[in-house]
Amino acid sequence: MRKALGRSLGRSLGSAALAVALLTGLAPHAALAAKTDVTIGMPLEPPNLDPTGGAAAAIDEVVYANVFEGLTRIGPDGSVLPALAASWDISDDGLVYTFSLREGVTYHDGTAFDAEDVKFSLDRARAEDSTNAQKALFAAIASVDVVDPLTVKVTLSSPAGNFLFNMGWGDAVIVASESAADNATNPIGTGPFKFVNWVKGDHVELGRNPDYWGEPAQLEKATFKFISDPTAAFAAMMAEDLDAYPNFPAPETLSQFEADARFAVVIGSTEGETILAINNGRAPFDDIKVRQALAHAVDRQAVIDGAMFGYGTPIGTHFAPHHPAYVDLTGQYSYDPEKAKALLAEAGHGDGLTVSLKLPPPSYARRGGEIIAQQLAAVGVTAEIANLEWAQWIAEPFKGKDYDLTIVSHTEPMDIGIYARDDYYFDYHSDAFKAIMEELNNTTDPARRTELFQDAQRQIADDAVNVFLFELAKAGVWNAKLKGLWANSPVQANDLTGAYWED
Amino acid sequence: MSTEPLTDLPRQEHGRWRAHHLSLIIGAAITLGVIAIALLSLVWTPHDPNPTPLPIAERLKPPAGAHWFGTDIYGRDVLSMIMVGARNSILVALVAVGIGVGIGVPLGLFAAARRGWLDDFIMRVNDLVFAFPALLLAIMITALLGPGAINAIIAIGIFNIPVFARVTRGAALSLWTREYVLAARVAGKGSALISIEHILPNVLNILVVQATIQFSLGILAEAALSYVGLGTQPPMSSWGRMLSESQTMFAFAPHVAIFPGLAIVVTVLGLNLLGDGLRDMLDPRLRRERSAQ
Amino acid sequence: MGSFVAQRFVSLSATLLAASIVIFVVMEVLPGDPAAYMLGLNADPAAVAALREQLGLNEPVLQRYLNWVGGFFVGDFGLSYTYRVPVRELIADRLWVSVPLALMALALAIIIAFPVGIIAAAKRNSIVDAVIMGATQLGIAIPNFWFAMLLVLAFSVGLRWFSAGGFPGWDAGILVGMKSLVLPAVALALPQASILARVMRSALLDTLHEDFIRTARAKGLSSGQAIRHHAVRNALIPVMTIIGLQFSFLLAGAIIIENVFFLPGLGRLIFQAIAQRDLIVVKSVVLLLVAAVVIVNFTVDLAYAAIDPRLRRRAP
Repeated sequence: MRKALGRSLGRSLGSAALAVALLTGLAPHAALAAKTDVTIGMPLEPPNLDPTGGAAAAIDEVVYANVFEGLTRIGPDGSVLPALAASWDISDDGLVYTFSLREGVTYHDGTAFDAEDVKFSLDRARAEDSTNAQKALFAAIASVDVVDPLTVKVTLSSPAGNFLFNMGWGDAVIVASESAADNATNPIGTGPFKFVNWVKGDHVELGRNPDYWGEPAQLEKATFKFISDPTAAFAAMMAEDLDAYPNFPAPETLSQFEADARFAVVIGSTEGETILAINNGRAPFDDIKVRQALAHAVDRQAVIDGAMFGYGTPIGTHFAPHHPAYVDLTGQYSYDPEKAKALLAEAGHGDGLTVSLKLPPPSYARRGGEIIAQQLAAVGVTAEIANLEWAQWIAEPFKGKDYDLTIVSHTEPMDIGIYARDDYYFDYHSDAFKAIMEELNNTTDPARRTELFQDAQRQIADDAVNVFLFELAKAGVWNAKLKGLWANSPVQANDLTGAYWED
Repeated sequence: MSTEPLTDLPRQEHGRWRAHHLSLIIGAAITLGVIAIALLSLVWTPHDPNPTPLPIAERLKPPAGAHWFGTDIYGRDVLSMIMVGARNSILVALVAVGIGVGIGVPLGLFAAARRGWLDDFIMRVNDLVFAFPALLLAIMITALLGPGAINAIIAIGIFNIPVFARVTRGAALSLWTREYVLAARVAGKGSALISIEHILPNVLNILVVQATIQFSLGILAEAALSYVGLGTQPPMSSWGRMLSESQTMFAFAPHVAIFPGLAIVVTVLGLNLLGDGLRDMLDPRLRRERSAQ
Repeated sequence: MGSFVAQRFVSLSATLLAASIVIFVVMEVLPGDPAAYMLGLNADPAAVAALREQLGLNEPVLQRYLNWVGGFFVGDFGLSYTYRVPVRELIADRLWVSVPLALMALALAIIIAFPVGIIAAAKRNSIVDAVIMGATQLGIAIPNFWFAMLLVLAFSVGLRWFSAGGFPGWDAGILVGMKSLVLPAVALALPQASILARVMRSALLDTLHEDFIRTARAKGLSSGQAIRHHAVRNALIPVMTIIGLQFSFLLAGAIIIENVFFLPGLGRLIFQAIAQRDLIVVKSVVLLLVAAVVIVNFTVDLAYAAIDPRLRRRAP
């Protein structure tokens, strides 16, 4: 067959034979044995693999808890757990943290882990020329001292209530001075998985670390595959090219997976407060009546239904609903187009307004934007939509404050403090709010901290700083036989330490 | 069998003429139909293509009853959106052709009339634009200017300029050697006047054919740019964006992806058939050949 | 011939130089700071400034242009802002996907187009010809990304013959690698095959007027035999020109298809790099693609001149 075809078309078509071989001789599927590897889908490829040198969530999603570990780590429920620090003591004034480190920990390249590495990592992160994206996490540190190889003393300049939580961030992982410079392309950590290979544009492969200090991972191999296109992600899951997609980008397809016994769909929570951000510094939004009008004009539930197919929890302030200190303020600005029109008229915009609505790429923003634009149109506000890429979004609304309205999800945990930043893109300035934050930073008593958090939530809701939409849900889709993945997303991570295949 | 060659060619040419007559008719019919639908959408669509607020409860209804082509993810009527999308596609492609004709044709006429370094320069700039893969150029321009229908028009239009300049120049160059042009020149007419009075009317046929081709390429380019999110922005309907928005729903609501795709195929097919037919009818070279037989 | 080559070479270099300036200027004015993008929403301004310094973004414009172009001559395209690896490596990796994909698509297009074009020419003006020409019109009119979606739906989600996309790497085996390129190659090949079939048909019909075909027919060969034995060889010259152009088009034109199938090729690299403001990568890849187009044209010019000496004098 091959010969005949080749001859009839002439010698120049020898490649035909190749294609025929290709079409007929496809490699058979591997026999189904007990799986010890897993392929995880992720929307974005990390730009590099050094969590201390970039902000991209995708970095943490690959390496956090798998390759790199910090002094502490954040558990699946958002609690602070010991990691490289087995235990710690806090001085009575809350200024001195003494960490006792684990014994017998080695990096993947065989070098030993000790207190010098902790000092190196923390000093590097807070140094003048540091490119750590979350430098603020280390701002409270006054000095780091090595007491002995297994003891480190960290002295703070002022008490920081969430210092231990901060040390659990991906940006605060402990790296070795020998390998730190190359971590971007060849990450060397202490975690249960070692870096194996990175096919740029396609996947990162990790392998089990047999010398792990704790309980070793059950999987031998983990591959993170980068598929940003929701269609492609859907097709790849359906074709079982992927075993799991922990943060599935197309909520409209979840019902397909739910109906299919091969898959499990797990809806969890994230730390992503999705907001319609308002440029408070720009007219007419410097008028609180206009901001309140916007809040009344938006039907949150319709946005959740329309953009997220019902997945998401409405919020009335910038705080995660699953947090104990959360106050439900969704009733403060109920969906009321008539009231919105009245408020606009009071503010002198009875004959309508035209505003810009700049949308970053995620579907919650693009879809939410289309729905909100039509809701605003119903009260006489014409929103001109501009779809931006991330780089442009960061340059225009975020850095340049060049926008009227935008939609974005703030996914950092416990980030209500951004409302106290003077140069932040909301352009919101409130002495009352800053006072609350100031007190919060100096308070360690849990009960008082809760009160202060609640005051802060009420303050920004009263000022109608932004239109608070919903808490982003984490829609995970995975093979029904794959167990031990995180349902919730207290930090952006895919901790595979406990993952395993059933039967 | 050996006598076949004698009757073969004339019959072939005759049949060919008929075949292209047919493609001209079909192409013109489709094109006029699409234009009519686009114009109709200005005054009437079966439903509001963008109701306020969006009827989300009506989402993803399969084609039936009130919604012939079903509804999309926000409950909008797909047929109405396709009608408005036709208007958008035609407008973008048409203005982009207009840019190409408006700038490219004078450049081509000028280059042919003057020759010399200016001609060289114009042609080198043309080479430069052609050296960029078309879609890449469009993506770079829209990345630079920001996404949007107007910038998509500019991106597609810029690529049309050298196309028309080159076609015009090529045809005009051969005309400049004709006797009647030389006669006009001897009579003291300036080259600008000659270009307008004698050259332009004689290159019009070729330009009409080229414009049809660029029109259909423009429709495809707009769809591609909108598909990757760099073209027409919401709330304006666009076939390319309808496709990208409906991709994830292809498996369980195929109507949202099939109808806009078919709209593109039918429109481009119509324009290509029209272009083929026009070329056979208008191209002087082919006509000469035909009359020689 | 020597002066002709020299002339064409000067013109090629001038085009590339002009292209490099245009590309550089466009990248300079593109809104968005790569350092700010890399460090994200809550980045410390001091960290962004430190990163800008580290990436060499604070050097004078002319200096950076010269560094870039100078680097091109020694094969050093600089360090990718986002990936922090040499751009050359990044491009080389991607070429291993894009070139095989383009070759496969081209091979498929040729396999389809040659017989189809020959049959259409042999059976010209019959129903078969009309059907084939109608089908090629359809092939040109179908947007390849839409066709790609249909392919994924049918062969990945439906029949599960092929994976929905992605590229396992050549390490996984040549057949496995090629299998993952089949659907994208088919999607890319359809319009190219349609164009090529039409070119083939009309090139064949053109040669039918030539004397040697008339002679062959007079000697008693049927139309089909004459085409197979004599015309195909002569029609190959225009067809080869189109194939040359299609290859450089396929190399760059796969941007959208690579996105649909999430293939780590040049097209997706450039798309991602624009979105992430990895401008150093964008600059180099665009210039490389431009160079590919210009060099293919140059080669075709030379080949023509070698075949037909009259063309040398026509050179500008």
